[in-house]
Amino acid sequence: MPRMSGAKALIESLKKEKVEFIFGIPGGAILPVYDALYDSDMKHILMRHEQCAAHAADGYARASGKVGVCMSTSGPGATNLVTGIANAYMDSSPIVAITGQVPRPFIGKDAFQETDIVGVTTPITKCNFQVRSAAEIPKIVKAAFYIAYTGRPGPVLIDLPKDTQTEEDEMNFDEKIEFRGYRPTYDPHPLQVEKAVQLLIQAERPIIVAGGGVKASNACSDLVALAETLLAPVATTLMGKGAIPEDHPLSVGMLGMHGTAAANHLVQDADVLLAVGMRFSDRSTGNIKAFCPDGKIIHIDIDSSEIGKNIKPHVPIVADAKRTIQSIHNRLIQKFDRKERSTWLNRMQTLKNMHEEMIKSVGDGIKPPALMVEIRKMLPNDAIVTTEVGQNQMWAALYLKAYKPRTFISSGGLGTMGFGFPAALGAKVACPEVPVVDIAGDGSFLMTEQDLASSIAWKIPVIVVILNNSMLGMVAQWQRLFYNRRYSAVDLKRIPDFVKLAESYGAQGSRVQSIEEFRAAFKEAINSDVATVIDVPISPEENVLPMVPPGNALKDLILS
Amino acid sequence: MEMKERIYMISAIVEHKPGVLYSVSNMFRRRGFNIESISVGESEQSELARMTITMKGDEATVEQVVKQLKKLISVVKVSILDSENTVARELALIKVSTPDARVRSDVINYTEIFKGHIVDVAHESLIIEITGDTDKINAFIELMKPFGVREIARTGIAALQRGMRSVKME
Ligand SMILES: Cc1ncc(C[n+]2csc(CCOP(=O)(O)OP(=O)(O)O)c2C)c(N)n1
Repeated sequence: MPRMSGAKALIESLKKEKVEFIFGIPGGAILPVYDALYDSDMKHILMRHEQCAAHAADGYARASGKVGVCMSTSGPGATNLVTGIANAYMDSSPIVAITGQVPRPFIGKDAFQETDIVGVTTPITKCNFQVRSAAEIPKIVKAAFYIAYTGRPGPVLIDLPKDTQTEEDEMNFDEKIEFRGYRPTYDPHPLQVEKAVQLLIQAERPIIVAGGGVKASNACSDLVALAETLLAPVATTLMGKGAIPEDHPLSVGMLGMHGTAAANHLVQDADVLLAVGMRFSDRSTGNIKAFCPDGKIIHIDIDSSEIGKNIKPHVPIVADAKRTIQSIHNRLIQKFDRKERSTWLNRMQTLKNMHEEMIKSVGDGIKPPALMVEIRKMLPNDAIVTTEVGQNQMWAALYLKAYKPRTFISSGGLGTMGFGFPAALGAKVACPEVPVVDIAGDGSFLMTEQDLASSIAWKIPVIVVILNNSMLGMVAQWQRLFYNRRYSAVDLKRIPDFVKLAESYGAQGSRVQSIEEFRAAFKEAINSDVATVIDVPISPEENVLPMVPPGNALKDLILS
Repeated sequence: MEMKERIYMISAIVEHKPGVLYSVSNMFRRRGFNIESISVGESEQSELARMTITMKGDEATVEQVVKQLKKLISVVKVSILDSENTVARELALIKVSTPDARVRSDVINYTEIFKGHIVDVAHESLIIEITGDTDKINAFIELMKPFGVREIARTGIAALQRGMRSVKME
């Protein structure tokens, strides 16, 4: 067995996991690792804030399907990662976060830059480790990647006391890892599959709801095939967007608080609802007591704790989405001979037409739904779109169609403002050949814009389209609709000149006043080899619609 | 439909290493589950520990608890124990004031009736060790209260299923 330092063993272990990029910021407690990195050909992307390092790793993971890696020093470096880790946890994104820690003899003594990051991240990681001796490092890294990537994916943190990084020992890179308490169930129970098939065969008004789990298990094409056999509309959650090409005749878009009329009404009227890799979050279900009131629910999820957590399904199936959909489909084809479902699908089409109507802009200035359509037209199908959080995010989710899995990346569960831009950087690192666009709000962008510096330094040319309303727009929308227009702390009053801001970093900036100007600027941005910020002034009075007011059933939505 | 609340006992085999108790108790806290008691100790295999958790809740809540426990990587096996087929015991140490000989002899008599042991004798107090199910211990403590209970230490319930049924790693 080779003898080396813990730091060197970490780098070797990361190589064995085929890690190509690390997003991070160094500091005292992680110096030995950075020293080992100096001799390695692994690419380290120096970010300007650890939160961005974590979001970039997350964006990288979501775009590539591989594990993203971020790294920081102890104390403030580690706590700065926390938002990014929590975000990855909520959206089941596989990242490995590596943090330095004070040397073992100092742990528990409140030493300089000591934070109990293992304690802090216990509820927001799938699993975390503190290294107790250098010799454990190869095994822990192997375990971390395995856990992050398999089952329901999620973040894993490895905390490395500084003296375990310098300690030398014989390193065993071939040791087998075994988990007695971690064995995801991949194969569906045949009886449950049979029950699901029976329900689906009898269904008059079936609907499929696809969540992020469909993408995580690469089950998108299987899902579409099943929908086609079944003649069932497919709605997605925000996380599931892209699971079915949104120009597919059976795609009805997103359901939930800002879902399409089609998705929300069809879900309410369905007699059988097949939910795959989704967790019935409050944003997706509206008033859960009134959710799909007459329907029988089949719930497929690899995480058994999701079954029955928010809603009690008639047929629960704990298994991998891909294998389950394939089993269901195989069984179904043998018995199912239905060739049309006209009443239900006509209703779908009528509702879908309503959605198209909403895009037609009225009034002056650039209307966000129309802008989303324009952006879609100009981008190739495999371009990646990320979003910030707020109105910008919901406009993108509603009106910017996704045609392929892993091309729409958004902070769903945590709703983290500032996610979209660093996630776009990570996605661009993973997929340098395709345009990557962050649909941003001014408020969100200001939370992480400093990483324009890293986009320039590392030549990661992404495009940021700011829907600039000088407002915390989504909060303003709630105050307008539910607080009698009492606008409290939502007017940003003084925002920077985003064009000059971009230019000061060496990026490209432009401001557009019409769709025509936007087209020209966006075209240039797609071809640019530096990051571009396009400032698009919009009215602060715009509402994102449709909207289901909180507490309402999905069918009670505001359309105008 | 409101489901009935009752006391459940859960037996969990967990990895015997630092941080496991923290992740389990933290999960209970964060999901708003209420634990009545939790006891942990080495199991039949030295690298595994057995946790016995008692909690109050309805069926759906307890099902969620079991699933959330199973989801923790360091938790190896979890079962709900059915009270009919389970032996559940708790140990309590109770320090009682015994200012005079009459009180002292009363306390000693009660202890014998409850099959407890006097494990420490001082001038003005006794420590009694008593094991049994929770009801028995509660009853004994009630009996001691008039004499002046100074301190109580209880272990929480440890439980095993009767006969050949078991919650263990094969
Ligand atoms: C980090 C963080 N802080 C606060 C919020 C609450 N919040 C949700 S949307 C929103 C406004 C977002 O404003 P902006 O980025 O300008 O987007 P817009 O809604 O105007 O498109 C706020 C403050 C949040 N989601 N994340």
